[in-house]
Amino acid sequence: MTTSIRSLAADLRQGTTSAAELTQDYLQRIQRLDQQLNSYISVAPERALAQARAADERLANGDSSLLCGIPIAHKDLFCTRDLATTCASKMLANFVPPYDATVVERIDAAGAITLGKTNLDEFAMGSSNENSVFGAVKNPWDLTCVPGGSSGGSAAAVAADLCLAATGTDTGGSIRQPAAFCGITGLKPTYGRVSRLGMVAYASSLDQGGVMAKSADDCAILLEAMAGFDAKDSTSSERPVTPYSQHLNKSIKGLRIGVPRQYFNDQLDATMAALLQDALNELEKQGAKLIEIDLLQTELAIPAYYIIAPAEASTNLSRYDGVRYGYRCENPTDLQDLYIRSRSEGFGKEVQRRILVGTYSLSSGYYDAYYGQAQRARRLIAEDFAQAFSHVDIIASPTTPGPAFALGSKTQDPVAMYLEDIYTLAVNLAGLPGLSMPAGFYDHRPVGLQLIGNHFDEATLLRTAHQYQQNTDWHTRRPSLSTGAEA
Amino acid sequence: MNWEVVIGLEVHLQLATQSKIFSGSSTRFGAEPNTQASAVDLAMPGMLPVLNEHAVRYAVLFGLGIGAEIGRRSVFDRKNYFYPDLPKGYQISQFEQPIVGKGSFTVTLSDGTTKTIGITRAHLEEDAGKSLHDAIPGASGIDLNRAGTPLLEIVSEPDIRSAEEAVAYLKALHTLVTYLGISDGDMSQGSMRCDINLSLRQPGAIEFGTRTEIKNVNSFRFVERAIFSEIERQSDILEDGGVIIQETRLYDAERDETRSMRSKEVANDYRYFPDPDLLPVVLCDETIEAIRATLPELPEAKRERFKEQYGLGDYDAKALCDSQAMAAYFEEAANAAGDAKLAANWMLSELAAQLNANNLPLKQAPVSAQQLAQLIVRVKDNTLSNKMAKQVFDALWQGEGEVDAIIEQRGLKQVSDSGALETLVNEVVTNNPDQVAQFQATDEGKQKKLLGFFVGQIMKASKGQANPKLVNELLNKALK
Amino acid sequence: MSVTTSQLADVATLARLQLDAEQAEPVTQAINQILGLVDQLQALDLQAVVPMAHPRDEIQRLRADIVTETNQREAFQALAPAAEDGLYVVPPVIE
Repeated sequence: MTTSIRSLAADLRQGTTSAAELTQDYLQRIQRLDQQLNSYISVAPERALAQARAADERLANGDSSLLCGIPIAHKDLFCTRDLATTCASKMLANFVPPYDATVVERIDAAGAITLGKTNLDEFAMGSSNENSVFGAVKNPWDLTCVPGGSSGGSAAAVAADLCLAATGTDTGGSIRQPAAFCGITGLKPTYGRVSRLGMVAYASSLDQGGVMAKSADDCAILLEAMAGFDAKDSTSSERPVTPYSQHLNKSIKGLRIGVPRQYFNDQLDATMAALLQDALNELEKQGAKLIEIDLLQTELAIPAYYIIAPAEASTNLSRYDGVRYGYRCENPTDLQDLYIRSRSEGFGKEVQRRILVGTYSLSSGYYDAYYGQAQRARRLIAEDFAQAFSHVDIIASPTTPGPAFALGSKTQDPVAMYLEDIYTLAVNLAGLPGLSMPAGFYDHRPVGLQLIGNHFDEATLLRTAHQYQQNTDWHTRRPSLSTGAEA
Repeated sequence: MNWEVVIGLEVHLQLATQSKIFSGSSTRFGAEPNTQASAVDLAMPGMLPVLNEHAVRYAVLFGLGIGAEIGRRSVFDRKNYFYPDLPKGYQISQFEQPIVGKGSFTVTLSDGTTKTIGITRAHLEEDAGKSLHDAIPGASGIDLNRAGTPLLEIVSEPDIRSAEEAVAYLKALHTLVTYLGISDGDMSQGSMRCDINLSLRQPGAIEFGTRTEIKNVNSFRFVERAIFSEIERQSDILEDGGVIIQETRLYDAERDETRSMRSKEVANDYRYFPDPDLLPVVLCDETIEAIRATLPELPEAKRERFKEQYGLGDYDAKALCDSQAMAAYFEEAANAAGDAKLAANWMLSELAAQLNANNLPLKQAPVSAQQLAQLIVRVKDNTLSNKMAKQVFDALWQGEGEVDAIIEQRGLKQVSDSGALETLVNEVVTNNPDQVAQFQATDEGKQKKLLGFFVGQIMKASKGQANPKLVNELLNKALK
Repeated sequence: MSVTTSQLADVATLARLQLDAEQAEPVTQAINQILGLVDQLQALDLQAVVPMAHPRDEIQRLRADIVTETNQREAFQALAPAAEDGLYVVPPVIE
């Protein structure tokens, strides 16, 4: 099932297949294989087939949208009208929104088919997809390993061909890290590039919705459909959307790629370093220039992130109080009991931990030392990148410290888990776009190379990844689960 | 013991925008519960705020109206606490960088003296919903229609020293905001709510005493009563050697006393921080000047102009400037009639009386400024006596038509023909010789009463249409 | 900086979360580990740096003052745990 959006789009127009057939195929694969992965929280067969029939009609009328008839999945953090949106939490287990997220609206408008909602770490808080009330997701490459998080479900589903592409969200690495762990391509856009309306908020100044697919080409097509100004999101950018899918073929000759000394130091696992160096060499072979740079504020990223994100999250989650929707505890004795028990029973442990950290860091007496300090560190990080981009076009780095780790190996140690995001956090703090693409294998587990771009320069990231993918085949590899005997 | 009362007022003003401050829901008053509560207002997952431009405009207008600094860059903060009428679990407000900075406000007291009261700041925030305690037995019902209505919180300096000053401040504030058109400032409908911060100290002391806050007082009268009862309560405690506990209280109108609010917790740490869903509001000079250009003539300036231009006294000028509508009506009538004094008199007596009796606002008055002017013209040209004019006014109020038509129809034209009147006077004098004799025998000082008899006879004979002034003149001549 | 169990209990109250006896200690420890992660930030003198609340220095866009929302009470209250006569029902709120 080596497919791409473009080749499927061609098949659909040639009549080799139909949207209904394609959707049926994917639904059957999900039914057959997802028990092993647990990548979907909910599958919507009737709805999907109805969408497919509508897509077939559009195709018959000559619709030119590449996404028309293409089966995708949404991370279950995006509100989908009349389709349960749980955020992998007991708090919203029965929540069926009467509205669509803007991202969902736009992808629907492009004619794509929504197969279902993918699993994630609860309220997007996690780096392993082990924090879901619906159970952990398994990595299709190694079922004893995590797929990464928080967009673990989307990553696993794409990798195992249970959808052609998927949406994800990324607050500190939640698209890029699982993309790296699952051997797929994932892109987090510039902050403000994609509307956050209807995308359940974790950390408002860091969250961005993005794309996960098998290739940069597929990512470009999906991103183009999703991105753009939304008047209902005050943080949405009015800048026009670059037609990414039309700018992929320009060569990367002369492209200046910054390689930060602080990222490629002796702290990086030797095997990882070797793999990633190969990838960098490949880019150099294609004419890019590798330039050593310094990102001196690198160390500030983790502390800054783990103050800012929980602080914002702690208040974003205050609305979950058992009053207007969502989980309510049984027989509350009084108002405070309603709040305390609904929230304590509705939220998982990791979510509660982050709410506590966030509430603490905003509380009187601590605000300036924590939150205020973190916002200052944030500016230093942003300026650090800005200074780097004055003499390089993009920056390359590892996406993760190592390949996918074993399920349960870090759940007892929140800090160890947090350190998994060491290369991705700074990108969110600075609001920059970041992409991870498959760059090799560490044992049998995929490894990703991260490319970081300047504000609104997703085009260069996608182009670079696309050119890399024209000359390498890491992104075409499939886990055996996926290619296993078809029924 | 003589205490100095120190009062600061926090007024929450609902801004008269069509839609809410952060969502496109209607702000119309009186709708069925939760029919004006959108997904944003209900804080549903994934919802985001977008700022209403009129809320900003109205805040700036207020700032300009009190001569305050306008915050060129203001920031919205989250004020965090849990309450069922607060859907997000935080209120979007402004903490450190409000849209309006320091300004001041001059109020006139009943004795004519003026006092300037400082305004510390004014900021934008969203209103909460309502908790209803009697709608559902054993529970509270939450209506979120009001949640998200734009509020301007206006904070005064603790410059107020009495209940009278407090009420004067609130009334002047009401006048200003209605002039600016930013709010209807109606305390009874809740569009203007007042929190009173009150403390006592020894006269001459520099430090403030411990203050209490009395929340959500919703009429001028209750503000006055709340202040009186709190002064009494605090002075009783202090005179007994006790200490005032800093707390929040409510004014109980039925018992005419303040009582402590049970539900406010010991430590409510609001954890203010900049709302990451909203960006800083930046106002450039051009924008502010463009808004300034739309400022109407403000109450104080209008009062002074009326005094100068129309020769009105303090009292009349103040009364006529109570609202823009009233001032506009006055100017139209005064200019059309060519007589400001008469226009003022008619408005403040007959017109005011009828409006009050029928509980109507000026804009619903059936008598227009033009009609009143026409009436005044007919009084001035002696067509109508004052008594007749009042009849015509009533007829106008009933919608009987225009002034001249009414005069014609009812035959109310004053008889001022001295020939005809002389005849009448002679008749009456001839027919009442005893009264004439009595009159001539009475001292001059006491004659007025007896004159009334003759005037009455002439009025009867003329069916009330004789020009009373002329009649008096002619009578006095005839009776000498 | 580290937090004590009793401080954390106050924080839990602010956040309306339950911190029962057996959880108190382990949760405090976990929180302190996380706080340990951020400690290095306190040591730095960053007073001269302007705090950055948003990743890009942009300003708030304003929305026209028109009513765009319609009454969707039925659809929304279908999601409510408890609603009656158009009101959301909660245990009595004491003023």
